Amino acid sequence: MSKAAELAALIGSGQAQGNKNLIINGAMTVDQRHSGSSFTVVNGNTITGVIADRFRVNEASGAEFTAQRVSDAPVGFEYSSKITVSTADASLGSTEFHRVIQPIEGKDISNLNWGTSNAKTLTLSFYVKSSVTGQYYISVFNNAADRTLLKGYTIDSADTWEKKTITIVGDQSGTWLTTNAAGIYLMWSLGTGSTYQSSTLDAYQAGFYMAKSDQVNIAASVSSTWQLTGVQLEVGDVGTAFEHEDFATTLAKCQRFFENVEWNGYVLFGNSYSTTQWLLQQIIWKVEKRVAPTLTYPTIGTSANTVGITENTANYVTQGSVIRAFITTTGAAAYNNGADGYSGLTDDSICSLYSQGATTLKVDAEI
Amino acid sequence: MIIENAKWSKGPPPQDDVIVGFLATIGGEKVVVPKEVGNSQYDEAMRQVAAGELTIADAD
Repeated sequence: MSKAAELAALIGSGQAQGNKNLIINGAMTVDQRHSGSSFTVVNGNTITGVIADRFRVNEASGAEFTAQRVSDAPVGFEYSSKITVSTADASLGSTEFHRVIQPIEGKDISNLNWGTSNAKTLTLSFYVKSSVTGQYYISVFNNAADRTLLKGYTIDSADTWEKKTITIVGDQSGTWLTTNAAGIYLMWSLGTGSTYQSSTLDAYQAGFYMAKSDQVNIAASVSSTWQLTGVQLEVGDVGTAFEHEDFATTLAKCQRFFENVEWNGYVLFGNSYSTTQWLLQQIIWKVEKRVAPTLTYPTIGTSANTVGITENTANYVTQGSVIRAFITTTGAAAYNNGADGYSGLTDDSICSLYSQGATTLKVDAEI
Repeated sequence: MIIENAKWSKGPPPQDDVIVGFLATIGGEKVVVPKEVGNSQYDEAMRQVAAGELTIADAD
């Protein structure tokens, strides 16, 4: 096929167009939660540690990990997400596992026609580096975790960046949601107990599996590492060059799932409708969220790096114990009720929320 | 996910008789969780409630 014909074919398939990557933040450029700092992964198989935005590590074993977005990457990239074993667990129980996972929102896969005879094939490309060579697996599974595809890859050389390209045939069966819930989970196994092991590779199967029995257990030894970057999942059976998008675009995509609202000084104003009750103006998110998000608010107080309510003459009132909020996908309005311990406001007047120095409201709508 | 000190929360006026979410401590930090299926913390809390692992106190 001539180069012109190849190009025409790529354009026709949609692969040559921008925005081809179904993975968000595949180059690990956005790290809103940790800004490159290391953190300890909390044991548990629910939402625990997000390394670079959208890449979550789940740890459910006797091992302990630290995770960090680091400045170590193959040529053409600046960052990778890194897992380091801090406490080993060489013998995993049947339901124990460790994994890195990115849930892909269903709204982003509606063009794939998965679950039908027109299901499109995808190609996954990524760079991986580990201190432990051997057999590894990725899995693709649906929201209900009743359809799974296992694909293997090997890490051939220790502590060396290797590029892997894996074809993922679309599933013609099962239910793959196209809502704001997870449509596809893409997962890298780092060790899996027998309950989640299957010997069926390269074909969809009913149930939920993470790897075959020969999967490396990264946690077998202390200080073992595993790193990932340059993740791209695109329509078609050809892995094309990684699509580097501008930082602002990647950040906005990440902020559909998580956002930091940085505060300093008088940040919100409102009214006090009794001497103990207040209601503030709405905070508007930078990006509309996937769902109404959970808010983690700064410490309430009157000292540095806290937030407190002030009355109509800009003096602190007696602070309460909590901040409440009416939350939607587009914003939130903070308020309290009479049982929360605030006092000293002026009835039927104005009030404000004052941040003494820098504080952060964390807005979480992750899957 | 360890959810502690969970308590249902009613809305601001004029919705001050409507449960709009719950207040809790998650990972040592105070949070406001909206009553919305699909929110990961809300879904996890409901799973823990169904499993008898979590009790959410009545609203004030």
